[in-house]
Amino acid sequence: MNKKPAIQEFLKGLWDENPVLVQLLGLCPTLAVTATAENGLAMGLAATFVLVCSSFLVSMFRKVIPSQVRIAAFIVIIATFVTIADRFLAAFVPDISKSLGPFIPLIIVNCMILGRQEAFASKNGIGRSLLDALGMGLGFTATLLVLSSIREILGAGTWFGLTLFPSEYAWGAMALAPGAFITLGCLIAAANLINERRKA
Amino acid sequence: MNSTAKIIIVLTIITIISGAVLAVLDSFTAPRIEAYQNNLKNEAVAQVLPKGVKVEEITKDGTTIYKATKKDKEVGYAFQVSGGGYQSELVIMVGVTPDFKKIIGTKMITQVETPGLGTKIEDDPSNKDNAGWFMAQFAGVALSPEITYVKNAKPSKANEIEAITGATISSAAVVDILNNGIKEAKALLNK
Repeated sequence: MNKKPAIQEFLKGLWDENPVLVQLLGLCPTLAVTATAENGLAMGLAATFVLVCSSFLVSMFRKVIPSQVRIAAFIVIIATFVTIADRFLAAFVPDISKSLGPFIPLIIVNCMILGRQEAFASKNGIGRSLLDALGMGLGFTATLLVLSSIREILGAGTWFGLTLFPSEYAWGAMALAPGAFITLGCLIAAANLINERRKA
Repeated sequence: MNSTAKIIIVLTIITIISGAVLAVLDSFTAPRIEAYQNNLKNEAVAQVLPKGVKVEEITKDGTTIYKATKKDKEVGYAFQVSGGGYQSELVIMVGVTPDFKKIIGTKMITQVETPGLGTKIEDDPSNKDNAGWFMAQFAGVALSPEITYVKNAKPSKANEIEAITGATISSAAVVDILNNGIKEAKALLNK
């Protein structure tokens, strides 16, 4: 197995293998729920919760789960945690749950989460899998927070609901689907630029 | 162990544990979620009926209707109506006078229309002083003949409302849903 220091497993998800900016995984929720910073943060944290819990269980039982049905087993485990997150949000923060709508249940098919189980948790020990999941989850959350902050500030003139400037000057398209694509494209371009400069 | 048997046993155990965990979780969260939804419903009922009335729940053929009385005199009925909008199901609470001739008030409960266009039926940020003007204009609208909408003009008849520019389909859907839903409730109560 790999001999990288354990901390590397955590750090790689934040930048070098960032799930959104580098792996381009989980783009559906990334584009759909990032119209406001609050929604972006809630989606990021919910996905992180599901990812960390699923990676923990999958790495713990990786030797017991027969390889022929591993995907089915992963999906059941992921779906269980997604349902927990969904019911929890609906019971305790109903407003956020209402505005995220079907995108919380759809975390089940977020390929970032299934991808980490297949590529990492099913092949590594519990400790490393937890670090990997936490790094990927936080990388995902941070990217969503940046993306949704840009969109909310430009699109509505607010940040976490706080008014920054009058909404007449807001650029409404940023709150709609085109704003999501444009902002994500700019973020990926910026990440690539920074990486090229670093290599040079 | 035979590998087919192992597959069956492992998957069965995983799903049983998953089901058990979710059942326990549901017993904690379901009452809270229900309480929240009831709360929303009660608030909506209070908003579409006159102030200071006694509200009583009646169920007829599986439909819940809220009857408002003041000093034992009927002053209105409230009920939920729903139907398809432009891209989502619209659920609206509506209150009407006891003779079903006029709407007292309406309140949008659920809508997931196109952000920035169809969502103006509930919240129109371009109208700063009165973002909820679209639903508010139904208050006092006459129900016979049925409600109709006009575009780019102020309503001139008692049964007319103004549609939202750029959200005509959503606006028309609200009108249809109200017309049909109120007709059904009227038939149900034999009014």
